[in-house]
Amino acid sequence: MEKIVYMDNNATTRVDPKVVEEMMPFYSQFYGNPSSMYSFAGIAGNKLKKARAKVAALIGAQPEEIIFTSCGTESDSTAIYSALNSNPEKKHIITTRVEHSAIKNLFESLSRKGYKVTFVPVDKMGRLDLDTLYNSLDDHTAVVSVMWANNESGVTFPIEEIARVVKKRGIIFHTDAVQAIGKIPVDVNMAEVDMLSVSGHKIHAPKGVGALYVRKGTKFSPFLIGGHQENGRRGGTENVASIIGFGKAAELAAHHLAQMQTQVSFLRDKLERGLLKHIPHAKVNGDPKMRLPNTTNIGFDYVEGEAILLMLNELGICASSGSACTSGSLEPSHVLRAMGVPFTSAHGSIRFSLSRYSTEHEIDEVIEKVPPIINRLREISPFWADTENLEKGYCSAQ
Amino acid sequence: MWEYTDKVKYHFLNPKNVGKIDNPDGVGEVGSLACGDALRLFFKLDDQGKIADVKFQTFGCASAIASSSALTEMIKGLTLEEAGRISNQDIADFLGGLPKEKMHCSVMGRDALQKAIANYRGQPEKKRDGEIVCECFGITDKEIERGIMENNLSSIEAVTDYLKAGGGCGQCHERIQEIIDSLTGRESASVKQPGQLTNLKKIKMIEETLEREIRPTLKKDGGDIELVDVDGNQVLVKLQGTCATCQASQTTLKFYVEQKLQELVTPELVVKEVK
Repeated sequence: MEKIVYMDNNATTRVDPKVVEEMMPFYSQFYGNPSSMYSFAGIAGNKLKKARAKVAALIGAQPEEIIFTSCGTESDSTAIYSALNSNPEKKHIITTRVEHSAIKNLFESLSRKGYKVTFVPVDKMGRLDLDTLYNSLDDHTAVVSVMWANNESGVTFPIEEIARVVKKRGIIFHTDAVQAIGKIPVDVNMAEVDMLSVSGHKIHAPKGVGALYVRKGTKFSPFLIGGHQENGRRGGTENVASIIGFGKAAELAAHHLAQMQTQVSFLRDKLERGLLKHIPHAKVNGDPKMRLPNTTNIGFDYVEGEAILLMLNELGICASSGSACTSGSLEPSHVLRAMGVPFTSAHGSIRFSLSRYSTEHEIDEVIEKVPPIINRLREISPFWADTENLEKGYCSAQ
Repeated sequence: MWEYTDKVKYHFLNPKNVGKIDNPDGVGEVGSLACGDALRLFFKLDDQGKIADVKFQTFGCASAIASSSALTEMIKGLTLEEAGRISNQDIADFLGGLPKEKMHCSVMGRDALQKAIANYRGQPEKKRDGEIVCECFGITDKEIERGIMENNLSSIEAVTDYLKAGGGCGQCHERIQEIIDSLTGRESASVKQPGQLTNLKKIKMIEETLEREIRPTLKKDGGDIELVDVDGNQVLVKLQGTCATCQASQTTLKFYVEQKLQELVTPELVVKEVK
């Protein structure tokens, strides 16, 4: 594979070499099961304990409030089912229209099982309609789940305020913070969330490890029932090496957090400005003020996202799109549709997401390579031809 | 990851005949911005009535652009009668195949061509036949029926892959299933009347069923089947490929081949293997 310009860090990230280094001894050297009694296994057990403390520290939690899981999706399912089991008589659940499929499809499935689900809308900028959210809280509400930051638009929600309001009503509040940690400050001392989901591979840890924060005192029932691991809250032998990697990654994420707000944010802004300057009929999707520092989602009118991605791919540039052809269905992304992004640009929306590894050189390369691609596809597009005629004052044939 | 053939990628990255023709003899347009893909096709004829020049403009994914480019290459130099016979499968074959969820791109090519030919012949824009079933993509029951018949579709998923119908909100899935059922039901109802089957018709139907239903399934496992003879209600076949040496081949013969033939041709049929 030739050189890659990786601009898809909201999908997954490069595992930090320091993380790999930390993990390696726990495959062939210290391979003991942390549940075993001998001190050989204790080496893994001790390291696991440290990893738990590091992940907890990243979000201001206590180590015993962290349950390791296999991924963000498992954390989400665990949280929601636990909340429902704790309140079997309550049949109303609330979430947003722009959640990741881990929550979206779970809530849709619960709706088919008889739960009344409120999907709270967002406005054109992707901001949550807080009035609708607060007005839909009632005595039958079992759980409210609102993501901290959106994976597609990067828009962040005011979780501290929402948690305060929801908690005042005595309702369980969960947030999917998978995209937020390591990019913006996330602190459970400031946000009164009951449960919070995170994932390792979005912060330069390996895939296949996640965690669920469960505030002390919150009623909890396990999702995976089995052994006594994770204090009886999640059965199954721990993914030791990956959890250790997650711990190291969390430590590094805390260390690099300021860099996200400065360097990464600067590069993102440069990329955005550069593309908008060179490409007419392009627009940023999402509130530029309340947004992750690493994400930009740009809609290019009259062209289709999959075609853009494939041309970028030819140049070794990795990004993603909310277009129908890439969303796995025939309709553009539910997030962009919820935001009311017009079809003219929803199909041609591209998300670039940076990391601390992104360089200015790479940004310059993307700014140079993307405009000719959009031009080329627009030259093929019938709608672009029509637009040009309209702008020139001609009347198109039909 | 994309699963496109090299030919699809080639036609996407180097599309042929992009653009428009001033004063074309025929123009056809299908799709819309909302649908996520659209194609506008222009052609000009020479004095012998053959397609001398053809151009396209396409909004859509890589396979939509490649299908359009392929179509223009395929029809250059053809008469309209010849061009009119090109099916969506021909376009897909020209490209070395399309991922199944992208088959609708080839259907779009075929439809644009048909429209352009109708436009040349001065036929009025055909009124949409039938009732809208899929609201998201505006597909009618007649169009779904036609797609099912032409491409032997048997599931909602396949209908979505080829026609897009059902690919949006999903509320029309029940109706699409009804259409599939009614078509397959109608087919078997019409053939399940013994006495009406002449020998010739029966043999023809056996051949068709083998070709359309049975051989593709066996081929998936590297096997194949050949029809040797039909003697009364005895269907004599020879197993080939991996089937010829497979220990389970008798089970396949009895429980798959024979049952399928009984279901689709006539219940009296018995399948026998000749070595």
